[in-house]
Amino acid sequence: MPETGSATALKDAFGTLNAPKASFRARRPVRRRVPPVLLFFLLVPLAVEAFWVFWPALQGFWLSLTNWDGVSPPTFVGFGNFSELLGDPIFRDSALNTLIWLVLFGGLSAVGGLGLALLLQREGKGVGFYRAALFTPVVFSLVATSLIWQALYQPDGLLNQLLGGLGLESWQHAWLADPDTALYAVLIPALWRQVGYVMVLYLAGLKGIDPSLFEAAKIDGAGRWQQFRFVTWPQLRSVNSVVLSVIIIDSLRSFDVVWSMTKGGPYHSSELLSTYMYAEAFQSLRLGYASALAVVIFVLAFGVIVAYLVRAFREDDQ
Amino acid sequence: MKLRRDIGFHAVAGTLSILWLLPIALVLLTAIRTFDDIASNGLGAMPSSFSLDSFGAAWHAGGQSRAMVNSLLVTVPTVVLSLALAAAAAFALSRYDIPFRRAIILLMLAGNLLPPQILLVPVSKLSELLGIYDTLPALIAVQVGFGLGFYTFVLQGFMWAIPDEIQQAATIDGAGVVTIFWRIILPMTRPALAALSALAFTWIFNDLLWAITVLRTGTVMPVTPALLGLQGQYVSNWNVIAAGSVIAAIPTVAVFLRFQKHFISGLAVGAVK
Repeated sequence: MPETGSATALKDAFGTLNAPKASFRARRPVRRRVPPVLLFFLLVPLAVEAFWVFWPALQGFWLSLTNWDGVSPPTFVGFGNFSELLGDPIFRDSALNTLIWLVLFGGLSAVGGLGLALLLQREGKGVGFYRAALFTPVVFSLVATSLIWQALYQPDGLLNQLLGGLGLESWQHAWLADPDTALYAVLIPALWRQVGYVMVLYLAGLKGIDPSLFEAAKIDGAGRWQQFRFVTWPQLRSVNSVVLSVIIIDSLRSFDVVWSMTKGGPYHSSELLSTYMYAEAFQSLRLGYASALAVVIFVLAFGVIVAYLVRAFREDDQ
Repeated sequence: MKLRRDIGFHAVAGTLSILWLLPIALVLLTAIRTFDDIASNGLGAMPSSFSLDSFGAAWHAGGQSRAMVNSLLVTVPTVVLSLALAAAAAFALSRYDIPFRRAIILLMLAGNLLPPQILLVPVSKLSELLGIYDTLPALIAVQVGFGLGFYTFVLQGFMWAIPDEIQQAATIDGAGVVTIFWRIILPMTRPALAALSALAFTWIFNDLLWAITVLRTGTVMPVTPALLGLQGQYVSNWNVIAAGSVIAAIPTVAVFLRFQKHFISGLAVGAVK
């Protein structure tokens, strides 16, 4: 919900991981008459969500078929916005950037998170501190994160200072102002925050593996890589699928960090679909076109959402 | 051999931890420097001054005191309302034989998984239509609506696992639906509610997108979006911007430290399977 980026993810994974699956089956299905007062219990929340989510979502789809400046009534243009998207170079760039973001932000946070979890899964002195250090950025807002990193990226900031100190003056750079580096300069703070979160997911997954499996593997003479390949990895299957949905949903939602650091610039070089959509809607006031962009984001997320729901459905299968 | 491996472990993990904490240390160091120090020695230099004035500047002139009040006015009611509504829905869906219960649960969850972008334009227009655009109730309403599906999904899972005998016994003793909800099921759901409250507080407090969608005026902005305003107001006064970031992070860090166990173990519970 709130935050795009990893706060969202925290929640998404929390839900999937947290359902007390083992106990689902423990209770026999109840055949209990539904007392009338109970309808309020259900209908009030349902009405709130319908009013603020389902109804606006339907409007969003409808608006994507219109031209609208937010003042005069929307005019129906069919798929006009979508065919305009096809010829829009900024759309192409932001779609490509979103793809890069998905691969790098998603991929690196998954690999990094798994690596850190494998490193820190042991118990012992200092481990709690290391975990806390890596997890701390997760509780910061992405806006605060962006400001912290913007200070590092300034022309006279620490990063350039360090490069100067190492005799690499030629590498010094206006990191956020250069179209070649802006996207990656924005990506790193996002990763800084996401990796600790994915690590926690994997730590939980690793903790759930039956230690006797490793004992058995060791007796069979498995080395560390073989233990990982044939015990750990298969056992992490459900966590992997959670992480996969989380990083895809998160990547598509990523907005705050880019908006705070570059607003998608310079020259749209760090533009994502989400930031382009926001700018079109609330700065250019092209509400129909922005809605078409939102529909594109929805379509991209759709597969993951369905997969996520199917899994929730199965886990909820009493 | 084991000792050497231990040293290797601590070297790697220690270095990584320091790297991770470095930006945080740096923002703290920047916040306590004076503007003149930064201007003459550069942002990346070690501090050669000490002053807490930047915190005062961010808090008063920078408007963060007002933004913090706005944040709390949004966050606390949103957390309470979302969890109250979600708990009620979860209670009905998990403890009674509601027709299409599973379809309803998934529909509610699906609403929460939607990319927010599809909702931004309609929600902003809807709040205008209701006359609450640019007011905090608009932000509370949309955050409650959007979060509900997820909280309901988690809570109904917990409530489902509560043994039925407890409820049967209460029913025999003459307890009504409301009593069963309030006196029996809700107290037993407390661990889940605590974990969700801590997480929800963080997400809502850290939100940017919904705030800048339904709010426009600087004076009603909560802390997170107000940070961007602060940055605009204090361009290149990095000590004030750093102090502002520190202030903005304090509430969520405090909640995290206070509820650390819920925060982390909440994630861990289900994975142990």
